[in-house]
Amino acid sequence: MSVTHDARIQIRPPASTVQRPAVRSWPDADNPAVWIVAIILLIMPLIANGFFLIEIFATTLILGTMALSLMFLAGYGGMVSLMQLTIAGFCAYMVAVFGVSGNANISLGWPWWLAVPLALTLATIFGTLGGALAVRTEGIYTIMITLAIGAAFYYFTNQNWAIFNGHTGINNVATPHFWGVDWRADIPFYYVVLAIAALCYFAVDYISRAPFGLALQGVRDNPRRMAALGFNVNAHRVAAYAVASFIAGLAGVLQVWNYRQISPGSVSVGACIDILIIAVVGGITRPVGPYIGALVFVLLRTFALDFLVKIGLDGNRFRLLIGLGFLAIVFWSSDGVIGLWQRWRQSHRLQPDRPGGGRSHG
Amino acid sequence: MAAVTSGASDAMTRFVERHPAWALIVIIAVAVALWLIFAVWPPGLEEAIGRKRVFLNALFNGITLGGLYFLVASGFTLIFGLMRNVNLAHGSLYLFGGYVGYAISASTGSWILSFIVAFVLTALVGVLLQVLVFRRMEGQDLRQTMVTIGLSIVFADLMLWACGGDFYQIQTPSWLIGPIELPLITAVKSSGEPVYLRYPLVRLVIFLASVIIGIAMWLALNRTRIGMIIRAGVDDRDILAATGVRIQIVFVLVFALGAGLAGIAGVVGGTFQSLSPGEDIRFLLASLVVVIVGGMGSIPGAALGALIIGLAEQLGSVYIPTYAIVVTFLIMVLVLALRPQGLLARR
Repeated sequence: MSVTHDARIQIRPPASTVQRPAVRSWPDADNPAVWIVAIILLIMPLIANGFFLIEIFATTLILGTMALSLMFLAGYGGMVSLMQLTIAGFCAYMVAVFGVSGNANISLGWPWWLAVPLALTLATIFGTLGGALAVRTEGIYTIMITLAIGAAFYYFTNQNWAIFNGHTGINNVATPHFWGVDWRADIPFYYVVLAIAALCYFAVDYISRAPFGLALQGVRDNPRRMAALGFNVNAHRVAAYAVASFIAGLAGVLQVWNYRQISPGSVSVGACIDILIIAVVGGITRPVGPYIGALVFVLLRTFALDFLVKIGLDGNRFRLLIGLGFLAIVFWSSDGVIGLWQRWRQSHRLQPDRPGGGRSHG
Repeated sequence: MAAVTSGASDAMTRFVERHPAWALIVIIAVAVALWLIFAVWPPGLEEAIGRKRVFLNALFNGITLGGLYFLVASGFTLIFGLMRNVNLAHGSLYLFGGYVGYAISASTGSWILSFIVAFVLTALVGVLLQVLVFRRMEGQDLRQTMVTIGLSIVFADLMLWACGGDFYQIQTPSWLIGPIELPLITAVKSSGEPVYLRYPLVRLVIFLASVIIGIAMWLALNRTRIGMIIRAGVDDRDILAATGVRIQIVFVLVFALGAGLAGIAGVVGGTFQSLSPGEDIRFLLASLVVVIVGGMGSIPGAALGALIIGLAEQLGSVYIPTYAIVVTFLIMVLVLALRPQGLLARR
C-alpha cells in the first residue's frame, strides 16, 4: 500500500486542520438514534427468532457489506463497479475450493484458517486486476467493463468443471468449528456477521476521512487537478478497487458460510445488478446507505410474494416490484432512501443542519 | 464488412506506412487463413487439429454469429455514440423484437412481415423511451444508465410474465430450409472425388442481410445529410445544437433506428438460435464486449468487433470447449490493455 503512504505524506499540511476534529469524535457519536440502532443490533438474538436472525438480518448485513464495497467505489471514487458481487462470489468459490466441501474431488480440504486468508488474498488480487483494467477507461465505461467482467465470470463458472464444478456448483461447504462453538449456529453466526459488517462499516467510514480517502474524493471530483497536484490518479483508483475487493471478499466468505454452497446462480448478472440496486436504493453517499438498501431489498424479497398474493396480484412479480422501486428512486431521489429521509427532515425542520441530498451522482 | 474495407482503404495505406511490422503480421495471418479455407488439408494437419469440415463449419458459424452480433451491437454503439447513453436495456429490446417476430410469424406465417413488425414496434419502444425517459435527464450519463438497468429488469419480468420461461424458435421459411453446397472442398474421397462443404442457406442469407444493413448504414451515415448531422452530433452535439439543428428529433430518430436494429436482430436470433429469458443478458454482454473491442460509438468498429467475437466464440467452443468464454474475455482484456479506446475508435 505504498499509494496510501504517498497520499499521507502529500496531504498532511492541508488536511491537518480537517483531520483533527474528525479524529476526535466519530461523526454520529452524539446522535441517540445511532446508539439505539447499535444496541438493537447487539441484542437482536433476544428479540428475533432464528428465521429473522439469519434470513433477514444476517443476510441484510452480508448483502449490505457487498453493497458497501460498491458504495465505497461509487461514492468516494466515482467508479460504479458492477463486479463487486463477482469478487465476493470468486472469494466464496475459493473458500469452497481450498476448504472442505461435499465435492471431495475438487476441494483441497484445508482448514478454514488457511483457506479463508488465501481466498481473501486471491479475491483482492482478482478485484485489483479487474480494477486496473477498468481504470484504463473513464466514467461511464467503467460500468460496461465491470459488467462484462461479471458476466464473463458467470459464464465461465457455468462452463468450467475442473475448478468451479459447472452449473451445479460446490455444495455442503464446511463451516468453522473451534473453541467448542459451531460458528454457523444461528446466534454465533449472527455475531460473526455483525462484527465483520461493523468492521467494514467503520473501516470505510475511517478511510473516507483518512488522507487516502480524501485524496480519492479529490480524484473523483477533479482528476486533472489532482494529477496536477502530483497525485497518481490511477494508482489511487486501483488502490480503491483493492480496498473494495477485500471488503467484497469478506462478504463473500460470509455468504458461502451462510448458504453452505456456491453455484453460478449466485454470481449471475442479475445478482450483480441487485448489488447496484441495493447501493443506489439505500444511497451511495454515505456508508450506512447500503445497509438500509439491503434491508429494504431483503424484506421485499422475503415478503413481496405474500404481500402481492394478499392484495390479489401474481406473487411471482417480485422482480417487477424491485425494478419499479429502483426506477422510482433513480427518478426522484439522487441519494436513495437517505436522500428522501434527509429531504423529509429538512422540510419538517426549518433550519437544516446539513445540506441534504448533497452531490448528485449524475 | 465491405463497408469497412471500402471506407477504410486510405486508412489502411496509412496503417501500412506507419506500422510495417504489424501490416506484415496481418498479411501473413490473412494468407494462412485463406490457405486453411481453400486448400485441401494434408493428413498431418487433420491429425493435429481435426477435420477440415469441423473447422470450416466453426468458421462459418463464427462469421454468421458475427453478423448477428453486429446487428445488435451497431444499434447499441449508435445510441451510445450520439447520446452517450449506455443503453443496458438493449438486450431487452433484442428479446422483445424476437418475441414480437415469433408472434407475427406464428400467426401470419410470414417471415418477412415479422421483421417489419418487429422493427417498427421496437423502434416505437425506443422512441417512447427517448421521449418519455431519457430526454428528462440529458447529460446525466450515470443516471440514464441506472434507468436503463431498472428498465431492463422491468422489461425482463414483463416478458417473463407474458411469454413464460419456454424456448421459442421462429419458423424458418420453406424457401430457406436446407443446406446448400459451397464451392469449398472439405476433403477428397479415396476415389479422388472432392467433397464440398454443405452449409445452412438461412444462415448465409441472414449474414448477407446483415452485411447489406451494415453497408446501408455506412452509406446513410457517410453520404446523406442526416448522416452528416448524426456524425457531427457524435463529435460535438452542443455545437451541432447551436448551429440550429433540431437535435432532439435527431436523438429520437437515432434511438428509434438503434432500437429497431435490436428488434430485427431479435428475429434473426430467434430464427437460427432460440428465444428464452436470459437471452437478453447474453446479447447485452455480447454487444458490450463487441463495442468495447471495436471502439465505442464506431459502426466499422462494431463490425470488426462482432466478427472477432463471433469467430472467437465459435472457434473457441470447438477447439477449447471449457474455456471458450475466456477467449472472448481475453480478447477484451488485450484490447483494453493495448488500445483502451477500442480498435477502430477515433479518440
